[in-house]
Amino acid sequence: MSQYIIRRFLYSLPLLMGVNILTFVLFFVVNSPDDMARMQLGQKHVTEQSIANWKQQHGYDVPLLWNDDAQGEKKITDTIFYQKSVGLLLFRFGVSDSGRNIGADIKERAMPSLAVALPTLMIGLLVNICFALMMVLFRNSYLEHAGLVLCVILMSISSLFYIIGGQFFVGKVLRLVPISGYDDGMAAIKFLILPVLIGVFSGIGSGVRWYRTLFLEEVEKDYVRTARAKGLTETQTLFRHVLPNAMIPILTGVVVVLPLLFMGSLIMESFFSIPGLGSYTIDAINSQDFAIVRAMVFLGSVLYVIGLLLTDISYTLVDPRVRLS
Amino acid sequence: MSLAVFLTALVSCTLPISESLNNPYPENESEQAVLYQSFSERPKHFDPAVSYNTSEYAFIAQIYEPPFQYHYLKRPYQLVPLTATRLPEIIYLNQKGGKLSYDVNDSDIAFTDYMIEIQSGIRYQPHPALAKNAQGDYQYHQLNPTQIESAASLNDFKATGSRELTAEDYVYQIKRLAHPKIQSPIAEIMKNYIVGFDDFSKQVADKPKTAIRNLPIAGVTALSRYQYRIRIKGKYPQFIYWLAMPFFSPMPWEADMFYDQAGLTDKNITLDWFPLGTGPYLMAENNPNRRMILLKNPLFHQESYPAEGEAEDRQKGLLADAGKKLPFIDKVVFMLEKETIPYWTKFLQGYYDASGITSDSFDQAIQFTGSGDAVLTPTMREKGIQLQTSVAISSFYMGFNMLDSTVGGTTEQARKLRQAIAIAVDYEEYISIFMNGRGIAAQGVLPPGIYGFDDKTGINPYVYQWQANKVQRKKIAEARKLMIAAGYANGIDPKTEEALILYFDTTSTSIDDRPRMNWYRKQFEKLGIKLVIRGTDYNRFQEKMRTGNAQIFVWGWNADYPDPENFFFLLYGANSKVRHGGENAANYHNPEFDRLFEQMRNMDNSEQRYRIIQQMQEIVRHDAPWVFGYHPKNFSLFHGWYKNLKPNLMANNQLKYTRIDTAARAEKRQQWNQPVFWPLLLGVAVFVLMLIPAVIAYRRRRLQERVMREHLSSRETKL
Amino acid sequence: MVVLWTDALIYVLIIVMLALGVYLRGKEHIQRPLQQIGRNKIGMTSLVVLLFFVLIGLLDSVHYILADDKKNEVISLLDDFATPLREHGEKTYSAPFATTLYSKEMTMLADGTLQWAYPRLAFGGRHLDHPETEKIPDILQKAAYGLAQGASLIGFIMLLMWGLLAEQHKRFMRGSTAKTVWTVVFIIVSFSYAAIHLSAYYHIFGTDKVGEDVFYQAVKSIRTGLVIGTLTTLIMLPMAIIFGILAGFFRGWVDDVIQYIYTTLNSIPSVLLIAASILMVQVYMANHEADFTSVIVRADMRLLFLCLILGVTSWTGLCRLLRAETLKLREMEYVQAAQALGVKQGVILLRHILPNVMHIVLISVVLDFSSLVLAEAVLSYINIGVDPTSYSWGNMINGARLEMAREPIVWWSLTAAFVFMFALVLAANLFADVVQNAFDPRRSGNE
Repeated sequence: MSQYIIRRFLYSLPLLMGVNILTFVLFFVVNSPDDMARMQLGQKHVTEQSIANWKQQHGYDVPLLWNDDAQGEKKITDTIFYQKSVGLLLFRFGVSDSGRNIGADIKERAMPSLAVALPTLMIGLLVNICFALMMVLFRNSYLEHAGLVLCVILMSISSLFYIIGGQFFVGKVLRLVPISGYDDGMAAIKFLILPVLIGVFSGIGSGVRWYRTLFLEEVEKDYVRTARAKGLTETQTLFRHVLPNAMIPILTGVVVVLPLLFMGSLIMESFFSIPGLGSYTIDAINSQDFAIVRAMVFLGSVLYVIGLLLTDISYTLVDPRVRLS
Repeated sequence: MSLAVFLTALVSCTLPISESLNNPYPENESEQAVLYQSFSERPKHFDPAVSYNTSEYAFIAQIYEPPFQYHYLKRPYQLVPLTATRLPEIIYLNQKGGKLSYDVNDSDIAFTDYMIEIQSGIRYQPHPALAKNAQGDYQYHQLNPTQIESAASLNDFKATGSRELTAEDYVYQIKRLAHPKIQSPIAEIMKNYIVGFDDFSKQVADKPKTAIRNLPIAGVTALSRYQYRIRIKGKYPQFIYWLAMPFFSPMPWEADMFYDQAGLTDKNITLDWFPLGTGPYLMAENNPNRRMILLKNPLFHQESYPAEGEAEDRQKGLLADAGKKLPFIDKVVFMLEKETIPYWTKFLQGYYDASGITSDSFDQAIQFTGSGDAVLTPTMREKGIQLQTSVAISSFYMGFNMLDSTVGGTTEQARKLRQAIAIAVDYEEYISIFMNGRGIAAQGVLPPGIYGFDDKTGINPYVYQWQANKVQRKKIAEARKLMIAAGYANGIDPKTEEALILYFDTTSTSIDDRPRMNWYRKQFEKLGIKLVIRGTDYNRFQEKMRTGNAQIFVWGWNADYPDPENFFFLLYGANSKVRHGGENAANYHNPEFDRLFEQMRNMDNSEQRYRIIQQMQEIVRHDAPWVFGYHPKNFSLFHGWYKNLKPNLMANNQLKYTRIDTAARAEKRQQWNQPVFWPLLLGVAVFVLMLIPAVIAYRRRRLQERVMREHLSSRETKL
Repeated sequence: MVVLWTDALIYVLIIVMLALGVYLRGKEHIQRPLQQIGRNKIGMTSLVVLLFFVLIGLLDSVHYILADDKKNEVISLLDDFATPLREHGEKTYSAPFATTLYSKEMTMLADGTLQWAYPRLAFGGRHLDHPETEKIPDILQKAAYGLAQGASLIGFIMLLMWGLLAEQHKRFMRGSTAKTVWTVVFIIVSFSYAAIHLSAYYHIFGTDKVGEDVFYQAVKSIRTGLVIGTLTTLIMLPMAIIFGILAGFFRGWVDDVIQYIYTTLNSIPSVLLIAASILMVQVYMANHEADFTSVIVRADMRLLFLCLILGVTSWTGLCRLLRAETLKLREMEYVQAAQALGVKQGVILLRHILPNVMHIVLISVVLDFSSLVLAEAVLSYINIGVDPTSYSWGNMINGARLEMAREPIVWWSLTAAFVFMFALVLAANLFADVVQNAFDPRRSGNE
């Protein structure tokens, strides 16, 4: 097991390297360090001197990939690419182009992101499973058909409508919750109700359909038929046999996304001005803050890799037949 | 439905609603004198040597105090002492340093001395950088790694200290402006004025920030504990306006000493985030991801509300607090608010005390009276909301790149083309569509309120004409005539025999800008010109401007100080963006204009200066390097409980004058934010109703199953 | 005639689909599921709706320059049909079927006095003298007239077809599915005819901030939605199919390399990748200004790149599915047999593997379509979607966001975008369901 994990870890290194190179190329094709400096220094009275200063301060005053002026191995190490990449791999994100320490900001913003994403996931899971079970229970009745149609309808509505509509009705017309914002600790709850509710709601359509197919697959299996033939009622078979077995794919599916929850939700966070990592990323994109975007890309990749690893491990835990090799 | 009515009744009698559910702030704050404001973009710098934009000034002007400030109530804008005891004593000197009399010829003045005396007894806010231990040593100037490691924010340094403000601190700050590592945006400008600034800058280039304390700078000296002198080259009457900007506020050397310690930057503990000043407020919390909090500075020096103002100020109640000690508000909370919908809604719910008006909320808030004045709509007035308008000291214009081969240059053909475009682009319509009438069309370079602006006769004769005692934009036919004269009859380019194509460079690429871009296209279409919008990001745009690849662009300028020089320098040849990297984005160069500018720039306001200004206006109107756009009018709304507000476009430190009637605010908020429950209950009821068939179906099935099983078992027993 | 890049690709797409149709004619394992779809009422209804959208999209994809116009304006066939809508701009907001602007304005009366009132619209309902009393009867009358015209038109066409049809087809047309289809066609045609008729006199979905007809915007947005939904798949398919099959078939280092590529791409948050690419396109266009003189070409280029980059970020899912399926297929006896007989590997891939993974490709294409249309809206919100000057539902929603804060609120832009987008996505989802049921071997047993 531990051997496997180590191997997976080593395997992920070239992956992260690839991500790093790709983003580096993409962003430096777009922006030269000079552009970045001008962008950050503002509009009034910017001189060549101050640009040079800025580049020096942020470590952009060396060549991109190859330093001809340096000696020996410095030819490689004294470049933007080398210096920034090594920092990333050691999780030292450095200073953003606007002058703040990225690591400190990420640490601070991870919690609010999680505060939105985790309840959304958990409540969503619960609600989806409940509805899916109900649909399986009443399968081939008009209830199931109505439910399916409703699901397709819910699925066909853009999430933007849910957000705009929810904010408008609950926040503005009914005045039940603050329209946007965030607070620390327990005071955050009143700000979280609406985003979580909307997040759950917008996921119902596809979630219920997906879980329903999982349950149906299970229902058709022989052991369930046997159980039913033994005289168990429909509800009993569902809860004793179908649900536990269908939980395996459901849970492993959840495990993949767990680490990515830290990344937050781009749209939801910026609509409700929740100071999480999602809105952090959007702001960085809009202000073209290269350092932050690169850090977030890297973080996202790392979390993705962790997610894959967790999935594999969780498979072995729930299903003894799968062995990691 | 009857169920819903019943439930509503139930709720309304069982739940006496004591608090508003949608209050975004902690409950206990509502009775305090807390002002709620918002910011939309996180500020980058709070270091007064670096900060140079209005959103940052909203904070630091409350914290740092330059020697002078603008009088809060009087108009035209007038400088008064802030930390200084009186306005500076100005001494003209000749080349040898000899004193000159005041009526001397401008060209004889080699240097000017500004003698500034500051008040004694002013103290800095409590701050860890100033904290001393029992031995009298600075407690936090030699932090060890564990101390740094354990600190998450500035507030983790528990001990604080303070000391008296001295003239040396002002000198120190000017040295900071010169330090290349600080990167002050005005360093390049000050190089031309302050004696010894450039030399000092070179001298300290490779020294750390903390080293400048003991190095002298030639032109700036502290004469005593409370007196200092700034020597500038030649005569530059506008210099005193700089002395009212945060760039020239005092900075204790201890601040650099403290913040420069390695490791603090990694914790986001820098001078850019935690200022140290003498002003009425201090920064208590700086979380640019969410909110910033200013608290009243407990050590703030004696300053009282002004006792005189404009004639109507007394009647408006602006003088009610005259003579009272400033500031009135205990705490200011700035919330991060990026989206306009929540922002506006919260304002209407009473959770923000003041708000600007976006064009989307305009119809709701403002209507026009018979005579064309803007007033509040009845719903707003009912809420006790008040409106304030003022013309901003800024100019927006459409510039032509004068280096461009089609629209630029000094040929008659190009000039005619520009003039035709100036007539065609109907900025009155622009203001009415996109700004809801919140602006006035510009007639020249200068906005109203600047010396030299002439609102009676100063129309732009190339674009406007008098008609029945009203200023009217010339008819499009005249523009078409100009087009013919320019060689583009009906907008056809003789070279290609197709419609003339012009390029409009802009950073407006978002969806919200689309109507505006369409509008510009339509304006050029009137002349048969095809306008191509080249939208690009800010970096590219800047690069184009710098290399002279732009053709037509729109740009604006916000005055640094209320003087015509601060506007005309945007067209001064030596400030050309492409050739000299200056602010003359149009790259306009007219020798006669430049000569007049050089003459006008250092003059005191006088009859002669006024005449020169009019001449310069005429040259620019004729050459038309700009299509004069508009001067925006600021409309701001504020609730009735927010007192002592008067628009002051130069001063940024208004917060200390304003006051909040907390009792009235709490009552109104209560009244406006009664939650509505019945739709929620209705929703629950509908959901329950939807479940009923499911329950019935389930029951039926259970019954069937039981019957079936009994049937089976009975069969079994039979067998 | 002007052929934009996306136009050209749409034509290519149509040709590919036709070729595919010819190729699959008479292939038994494809025919059966198709017949199953043909018998499904929901499937056929949603297909009709989709085809209706496609028709509009195609009309909007034939571009040309107006001949008698010096302005070099590029318009499409759809624009030509909708010329009145295009040119009947008002000054600013007006509600659906309104005759006045939405907000009061200062207007000068004939006698020179100023009045603070709702000004009449320049085009909407201008044929009415007394809108207060005449408007509703007029609208009803025009709607009825339009409906009747549309109904008789489609009725005539149906009768004509009935007369021309051979007897065996007639039997087919009497089936219940065919009846449903004809009813849907009948309803769509009559109602769109009524809408077109009405829109000549009124702004049936109101006007936006600069007075542009919202109905026109919503209809124009159809093309953008379709282009993103279809071209993205067109771009991603070759990559996904080739890489997926190769990885599954050859295994070994080929598999390792391909897996490495798609895991790397997958692990980058796609939004960030899209943002970077869109920035790159802008830079490219800034550097090659001469090639992009007209707004429409610039917007088209950006749309194309958006499709490209969406394709790049979305091929990995399908690729993985195909790889897994190929791994299974290559162990099948007939493939093993072919290999043992020394059949060339290329031939095996084309003959045995490719046709047997086509159902996965088909299912994923229809499934992806609706999610791509929805994704466009979200991307436009972060400003990395289609060009802001082009019409799209995302742009409409994004603009309408601010209108919700107005009082009284401006709801029609949002509603129009909602209705159109919902109709398209719902039809696509329903159709995808039917296709999936028909092609998925695991599911076919369920029916």
